Amino acid sequence: MSNRLPPGPAIDWDHGRIDLSHGSGGRAMAQLIDELFVAAFDNPILGQMNDQAQFDAAPGRMVMTTDSYVISPMVFPGGDIGSLAVHGTINDVAMAGAVPMYLSSAFILEEGLPLADLRRVVASMAAASREAGVPIVTGDTKVVEKGKGDGIFINTTGIGRVPPGIAIGGDRARPGDAILVNGTIGDHGMAVLSQRESLGFETTLKSDSAALHGLVARMIAAVPGIACLRDPTRGGLATTLNELATQSGVGMVLDEAAIPIRAEVRAACELLGLDALYSANEGKLIAICPGECAADLLAAMRSHPLGAQSAIVGRVVADADRLVVMETAFGGRRIVDWLAGIQLPRIC
Amino acid sequence: MILVDEFRDRDVALRIARVIGAEARPERSYAFMEFCGGHTHAIFRYAIEDLLPANIRMVHGPGCPVCVLPIGRIDAAIALAGQPGVTLCTYGDVLRVPGSHRRSLLKAKAEGADIRVVYSPMDAVKLAQASPDRQVVFLAVGFETTTPPTAVVVLEAERLGLANFSVFCNHVLTPPAIAAILDSPEAQGGALRLDGIIGPAHVSAVTGSRAFARFPRDYGQPVVITGFEPLDVLQAILMLVRQANAGRGEIENQFTRGVTEDGNRHAQGLMARVFESRETFAWRGLGQLPASGIRLRPEFAAWDAERRFSLPEPEAEPPTACRCGAILRGLARPADCRLFGTGCTPDNPIGACMVSSEGACAAEWAYGRARHRGKETA
Repeated sequence: MSNRLPPGPAIDWDHGRIDLSHGSGGRAMAQLIDELFVAAFDNPILGQMNDQAQFDAAPGRMVMTTDSYVISPMVFPGGDIGSLAVHGTINDVAMAGAVPMYLSSAFILEEGLPLADLRRVVASMAAASREAGVPIVTGDTKVVEKGKGDGIFINTTGIGRVPPGIAIGGDRARPGDAILVNGTIGDHGMAVLSQRESLGFETTLKSDSAALHGLVARMIAAVPGIACLRDPTRGGLATTLNELATQSGVGMVLDEAAIPIRAEVRAACELLGLDALYSANEGKLIAICPGECAADLLAAMRSHPLGAQSAIVGRVVADADRLVVMETAFGGRRIVDWLAGIQLPRIC
Repeated sequence: MILVDEFRDRDVALRIARVIGAEARPERSYAFMEFCGGHTHAIFRYAIEDLLPANIRMVHGPGCPVCVLPIGRIDAAIALAGQPGVTLCTYGDVLRVPGSHRRSLLKAKAEGADIRVVYSPMDAVKLAQASPDRQVVFLAVGFETTTPPTAVVVLEAERLGLANFSVFCNHVLTPPAIAAILDSPEAQGGALRLDGIIGPAHVSAVTGSRAFARFPRDYGQPVVITGFEPLDVLQAILMLVRQANAGRGEIENQFTRGVTEDGNRHAQGLMARVFESRETFAWRGLGQLPASGIRLRPEFAAWDAERRFSLPEPEAEPPTACRCGAILRGLARPADCRLFGTGCTPDNPIGACMVSSEGACAAEWAYGRARHRGKETA
């Protein structure tokens, strides 16, 4: 508890709400930081209580990434905005093959937010950070007037260290490489969509939100020559593969029958006129490696709990047009294009 | 078993295709129009034309609800959304349909208009209940499939006495559009020759197959009502080939799991109670078609946005290289348009056919291109 602050009213965690004083830089803000964030994220570097985190740099190549989380609803089956903000940024670090070391977190809170909601999100964030072994070492809190935000926005930045000998990047895919994924596609997007008040279909689907750095460590130990890793978040598998194809100057051919998709996700997509290939994921990665390493990489992935349903879903080909093409289960070929606009249900 | 793969079985498809190939007479050709955008989408997505003999050609019809929405109605919706205090709700696809001057509801939304995507018109009613200080307008579009839900919300608004809810009705009817194509100078003069029609799936679930009986009777056109899965479409093509070979012009129902002769009487009753026919309605591509659109009956005037708000008169449509009109009438194919894939893409649609996944241009862009290019190497 706070021992650096002058005395003041206790925070009413059960019925209180965020007000503008929580972002004013005054006593109420310091109290919120001490009693909530510092208590939950508790670690020696954060405990320095400076305006910045100080730590020794590791030798070698570092990676740094930042991401903002604005998901609605903020709590969804399988996670919430807090755990997502930890997993998502850890995954962006891990997609370089790097070992995530530290996170920062910045909150933008809307006036009127129930403190109980905030406490729940922060607790979930702290649990995700502890489980991943990646501490949150610095942070910031701002409060905006009611109507200027949507409850909670969170930005997290992550830094990590790339092990020697690892060179992973979106420009490294070559014809002949294999394309792998670590499990079922589209779970997160459909789980979140099912919770939108306007949709509200009943499903047992859960978000796949998870930190993937443990899986990645096992993958690069088995196949150090992995060319590309990327997490297919917004835009889904289809859009991420198009990014990689463009960046590497190659084409890709997918095998529709090999892409793991849950029956519930397929059924929901059929019903809503959506395509699971464009549905977001938060615990999935795409790996591209030389064809001759694919079997080893697949075995390594399947040996990890977050890769049990891994599959080889396609191959990299030479294609000046850099198209992603899918051989469909029906026997045709179709272009898997960039997502145009936003994915919207058809109307009839 | 989720009753999806069963209707997409490749081996069964190849078997049907072989029968079609055996029964199609080499000395003649066949041109069948699929009216619905849902069928157009399936034909492209599953590359069904690749399974057909070269003398069977599919002509894509105008049955894509957002594609046929005329520019004037989009302009009116944009103007409506711009009025102070108005919240406009509609289905997602409509947001990207271009109006005059390349404007769209999506752009109007970015400029500050309060426009919401809803998945059900009942969401718009709930929004009106929750926002008594806003005028909530539901922009209703679509064929007979989406009309009964609109009827339901009008009745619900009446029951609730909702004063801040109204419907901007743009619902249109399928049979007049089919008649317009069959009556067109191109069809009458031989430029558009049709040997049969694939009738709507979901529309027919509401209207019943009987609603299309006049086309065999009055025009001698074979009609087969069919579902949206690839095996449905292939079976319907086989049934049309058999009718054409036998010189029959009948209505047949392949989609018996969804469609009856009488359709959904309850839905029809709701439509009849709430809506009446307009004398005429403008369709993109087809022009003014008599008795092809519906509006709210006078007793529901309080919930009719066209009566509640003053809407702009439609501007004259400027000349454009876009060939949506000809494509919607079955006279041109997407690749015939010089804007296709250059000036007009799904990210930057010029014509409405490029907006909806059920539009012929969007379907050709999404699925057709893979067939019209060289193979990759590796």
